[in-house]
Amino acid sequence: MANSSHQIVIEAGRTERHYWRDLWSYRELFFFLAWRDILVRYKQTVIGIAWSVLRPLLTMVIFTIVFGTLAKLPSDGVPYPILVFAAMLPWHFFASAVAEGSNSLVQNANIISKVYFPRIIVPVGAVVVSVVDFLISCALLLLLMIWYRFVPDWHILLMPFFLILAVTVSTGLILWLAALNVRYRDFRYIVPFLIQAGLLISPVGFSSSVVPHDWRLVYSLNPMVGVIDGFRWSVLGGQAPLYVPGLVLSIEASMLLLVTGIVYFRKTERSFADVI
Amino acid sequence: MSWVVQAEGLGKQYILRHEARARYVALRDVISDGIRNFALRMTGRDSGQRASIERFWALKDVSFELRQGERLGIIGRNGAGKSTLLKILSRITDPTSGRVAIKGRVASLLEVGTGFHPELTGRENIFLNGAILGMARSEIRRKFDEIVAFAEIERFLDTPVKRYSSGMYVRLAFSVAAHLETEILIVDEVLAVGDLHFQKKCLGRMQEVAGSGRAVLFVSHNMATITSLCTRCMLLDFGRLLEDGRPSDVILKYYGRGGSVSPAALDLTASEKQVGDAHARLMSAAIQDVNGRTIYEPELGQPIVVTMRYRILDAARLKSVPNFHFYRADGTCAFVAGAPNVEISEPGEYIAACRIPSHFLNDGSYFVGFALTSFSNVGHAVHFFEQSALCFNVRDPMDSVGRRHGYGGPIPGAVRPLLEWTVERLK
Repeated sequence: MANSSHQIVIEAGRTERHYWRDLWSYRELFFFLAWRDILVRYKQTVIGIAWSVLRPLLTMVIFTIVFGTLAKLPSDGVPYPILVFAAMLPWHFFASAVAEGSNSLVQNANIISKVYFPRIIVPVGAVVVSVVDFLISCALLLLLMIWYRFVPDWHILLMPFFLILAVTVSTGLILWLAALNVRYRDFRYIVPFLIQAGLLISPVGFSSSVVPHDWRLVYSLNPMVGVIDGFRWSVLGGQAPLYVPGLVLSIEASMLLLVTGIVYFRKTERSFADVI
Repeated sequence: MSWVVQAEGLGKQYILRHEARARYVALRDVISDGIRNFALRMTGRDSGQRASIERFWALKDVSFELRQGERLGIIGRNGAGKSTLLKILSRITDPTSGRVAIKGRVASLLEVGTGFHPELTGRENIFLNGAILGMARSEIRRKFDEIVAFAEIERFLDTPVKRYSSGMYVRLAFSVAAHLETEILIVDEVLAVGDLHFQKKCLGRMQEVAGSGRAVLFVSHNMATITSLCTRCMLLDFGRLLEDGRPSDVILKYYGRGGSVSPAALDLTASEKQVGDAHARLMSAAIQDVNGRTIYEPELGQPIVVTMRYRILDAARLKSVPNFHFYRADGTCAFVAGAPNVEISEPGEYIAACRIPSHFLNDGSYFVGFALTSFSNVGHAVHFFEQSALCFNVRDPMDSVGRRHGYGGPIPGAVRPLLEWTVERLK
């Protein structure tokens, strides 16, 4: 924590210069809030951990049946469940992070209106909780691979990179949504719709190779396309070739989302306690 | 001593939207308002009948300094701006104007148990709450045993706090906050909860905190607490700083501000507030001199009369006994005086008066509570008890009658009676 000699000046209409230093000194609170959310999550529900396993599993089964068996979309020779599940992992991470994160500020209104800390801790903490869920689901993917006797190659070592990309995308979006949610309380009705629409326009249930080649670059403006394709590529190896220009575009889009998200969040953050 | 907080011209403006139907701004409304205003402007019917916006200063032009080791109390009516000031100092909200410089860490306790989660155990909540209040994990671990002992919850450490009684909950919450080691401690009316024993303990703790050179900023409606705890007091009204000085002086000014009402007189006949039950109702009360004039700064050598007017409403034929409770500024009870020889009360209005002789009370502030109790063979019933309804300040003129013999310091005690003495030289 900061030492006793430090002095701060609060002045009307001036952005704080020590924000990032504060953020560092509040790092423990960040972990405590994430720890609380994880603890509460697994204490409250009996099926606790099972829940984070069951959800992607059921979705995978449905997608496999609908897209693989009924619609007969191409899987490039990979077991369709693995094709779907490799995409399900980042998508579920993204969806749960956005759902939790965009609501996190309002849910912690009691703390925000009573104690000072850099508010950015709260929505980002929600991402951490989703990362934990993600790691649990990863174990499930491992089981699935064993079941289908599917051996990944060296590409899998690049998976953490795509996780970072997924974290970037969701954090950027969450910062926007959480801040908007404080200001416009009916924003929470829009979030589930966004997630639902996102599921359909992202290559979760199908491989993005079904998208016409001329459109792939435009398609990659959706940063989740880069994330999901990247996951598939790292899990399935050469059997799901990576479309590099699309990935670069997705990375750029996600960086843009994150930077604008931080800027907007910082701009509105100072009035949170007044309107929450 | 050097300052730790220096505020200059602090102000906070809130915008009130009058037309707002919902408690929150909804995007739906923003969009529909936008379209409507656009349409009105297009058709030239924009007559400014948009939602009227009122700007209102919750705090205006407040300047003060808080020094090391000082215990500053803040009083004022609801909505006077006390909480807004605390929120600005705790950096929860930004001022609209002015600036404030703060030296050192600030711990603010605006609510008991901020961030407590009902599903988590006492142990887990200590760590969580400590972190929320700004403690480092190592610091919490070091003080953990102390916190638990102070809260007196050893046995329930691993029980989820949702199973705690409200008293235990408050004790634990305050205990965490009490062990913060920051240079500045900001406390909002949180001691109003919890039992008396624990309140005493908390006050002691806060005195200790200030004694070790740290500064305390304290908001309360309990004047007795303010006078006993604080070394200095500020009075806020309508967002402005009205008084800044010795607690007892500022408190008297505060009581004196309610229009015609003096701290030493209370009239409930014209007010909405009704004190009493189906049997009896308190009408008015006053501290008077022997001529019936309201007085709030009697001298030691002046007898005073404490009176209360009340009405018996039903024909229950109870023996209702008026009794007055005198409290010292530190919250301790000085004495209780009850009327002797009471007859069965028929319906009607009564006036009870109790004369307190000269040279009986000590100097300083007294708070008087007014009660009516009836006794019967089935037990007793309290028909009303208006605690600390009035207050007066006994002044010591420092003359020889008070038997100071030239001693100028404070004389402790709830009372300072002039007793009969004999001092003889033995052969």
